[in-house]
Amino acid sequence: MNNNQNIAETAISCSGISKNYKKVEAVKDVSFEVSRGEIFGLIGPDGAGKTSLFRILTTLILADNGTATVNGFDVVKDYKKIRECVGYMPGRFSLYQDLTVEENLEFFATVFNTTIEENYELIKDIYVQIEPFKTRRAGKLSGGMKQKLALSCALIHKPTVLFLDEPTTGVDPVSRKEFWGMLKNLKKQGITILVSTPYMDEASLCDRIGLIQNGEFLKIDTPDNIISQFAENLWAAKSENMHTLLGDLRANEHIKSSFAFGDSIHITIAENYEVEKLIEELKQKGHKKISIKPIKPGIEDCFMELSQSA
Amino acid sequence: MKQLLSFIRKEFHHIFRDRTTVMILLLMPIIQIILFGFAMSQEVKNTRIVVLANNMDEVTRKLIEKIDASSYFEVAVVAHNTKDINVAFRDGKAKLAIVFEDHFADNIKHTGKANIQLIADATDPNAATSFVFYASNIITAYQKELTPVQTAGGFVQPEVKMLYNPQMVSAFNFVPGVLGMIMILICAMMTSIAIVREKEMGTMEILLVSPMKPIYTILSKIAPYFVLSVVNFTTIILLSVFVLNVPIAGSFISLVVVSLLYIFVSLALGLLISTITSSQLAAMLISGMGLMMPVMLLSGMIFPVENMPGVLRFISNFVPTRWYIDAVKTIMIKGLSIMDVTKDVGVLALMATVLIIVSMKKFKVRLE
Repeated sequence: MNNNQNIAETAISCSGISKNYKKVEAVKDVSFEVSRGEIFGLIGPDGAGKTSLFRILTTLILADNGTATVNGFDVVKDYKKIRECVGYMPGRFSLYQDLTVEENLEFFATVFNTTIEENYELIKDIYVQIEPFKTRRAGKLSGGMKQKLALSCALIHKPTVLFLDEPTTGVDPVSRKEFWGMLKNLKKQGITILVSTPYMDEASLCDRIGLIQNGEFLKIDTPDNIISQFAENLWAAKSENMHTLLGDLRANEHIKSSFAFGDSIHITIAENYEVEKLIEELKQKGHKKISIKPIKPGIEDCFMELSQSA
Repeated sequence: MKQLLSFIRKEFHHIFRDRTTVMILLLMPIIQIILFGFAMSQEVKNTRIVVLANNMDEVTRKLIEKIDASSYFEVAVVAHNTKDINVAFRDGKAKLAIVFEDHFADNIKHTGKANIQLIADATDPNAATSFVFYASNIITAYQKELTPVQTAGGFVQPEVKMLYNPQMVSAFNFVPGVLGMIMILICAMMTSIAIVREKEMGTMEILLVSPMKPIYTILSKIAPYFVLSVVNFTTIILLSVFVLNVPIAGSFISLVVVSLLYIFVSLALGLLISTITSSQLAAMLISGMGLMMPVMLLSGMIFPVENMPGVLRFISNFVPTRWYIDAVKTIMIKGLSIMDVTKDVGVLALMATVLIIVSMKKFKVRLE
């Protein structure tokens, strides 16, 4: 597809977008911009409004308020032009399960008035991995392979903006890593990518992220900036009995926040309080093998802090 | 164009990879025709009867033999008293009883008049009427044999002629009905399900976010079912002509033209259903309950439209099958041409136009 017409420097722009479903406010007055060639991540839990935002930007639903453009085209007036130049991978696996891998790809190529050969270069890295299974029906593929096929289909017409709605949900960690590698390669080809994920660990792989909750952005910045703005000292607490530890920490009035993170509990401590005192108190409550170490905050810690203060 | 062709090919893949559906689609007309043709026949054939004659004289015996020899009846029980008749009816051994009065032959000989009583099992009223009608015919014929010269001052004797279907073969009635039903079922139900499936599977989202024109989506969904309907139409016509011996009395071309128009109406109806539903189950329920019932009951396939109460007769005007069945009967059975069913054709054409316009208007270019 020839998109030589002066492509706007801003790939995606939203201003004051709101969307209600009956009484539920899915998206509340959201504004943000994504520059060309950027990987922008929408990070937030289920029900945060990520999918609604995707559907508004891909012209699938209409916003109640606000305006948005993709490649400079208005999502309401110029929806047909947007549909020609974007690639979209919905959250749910949305290919034809009863067609083979090759048939799916061929079908989507013709839907977009192109052929597999024409844009093979773009999908080559991804497609070679599923090519050995090209005669297998899409419904019989594993989760990781399905996702590679879906990405191939979304890329087959060489879109300039790619919308990926939770592409790694339900995919094994190895495939997830591979997938992000592919996105980096696509970025090198100048493709703008808007990607959403509930996995906080994937946030650091984006150029910029928007932390979203209850239809509102908590913060939009680069992952590094967001982490560096974390104001508190963060500690990781462990003991033999993790279950009672969380209760005991929450009962302690000097502990400002405590969240279970994998095998430890991340806590922030009030300024007039010290870690030694905390250890002492926990020992009195019968905890053994207590370890409290300072750690660097991650995106998830920032998200927790921001969502608490919001 | 390449888009459209590739889309249509994909639709055929969907249909043919789902073996059960293909079997149902292709076997359903055959099974229906055979069921209606042989098992659910309304024709009077070898109906078991019980006879009671206290004086088995020559005349009585001959009449009973005549009745037994006809293809309509078969004497199952010879009763000795009225109690036997009751038992035969109760046990379901007979559907009709023929009771000769005492001294039947003597009465005819001496007074020129004798009585026969026909008792029918009227749990199925239509069948009972037919039994009585056939039995009366045989008796009247026999009476004419006995007294060839009509007695002076005779009574009014109606002469009955069964037009277009002298043997009263029920296939003449149900073949148009089955045609109308199968066609609307396959076209409307399958088309609506096929479109709604894309919505349900989420593939509609991707198709919408693509340069694919909505009209292509619609056309490619319709095309395979159009082909299937034509195949089914051919099967039904072949079966009814060669297996059920229903002749095509009128113009074959007219029949084909009317059927194509009807298929088109059904497809448009399916399209409309798909635009107002969002799940396959809902589409199936609407086309199953909302369509099958009126098609079966209000089209004239089972109950004649003329005999319906005013409200139902009014509603039946909106059932396309009603007009189609009327047209097919006129062409196929009465042997007339398309020029004689202009009203039916006109109504169907109007329906097609309205349905297409409404569903095109309602087809969403977005998700909601």
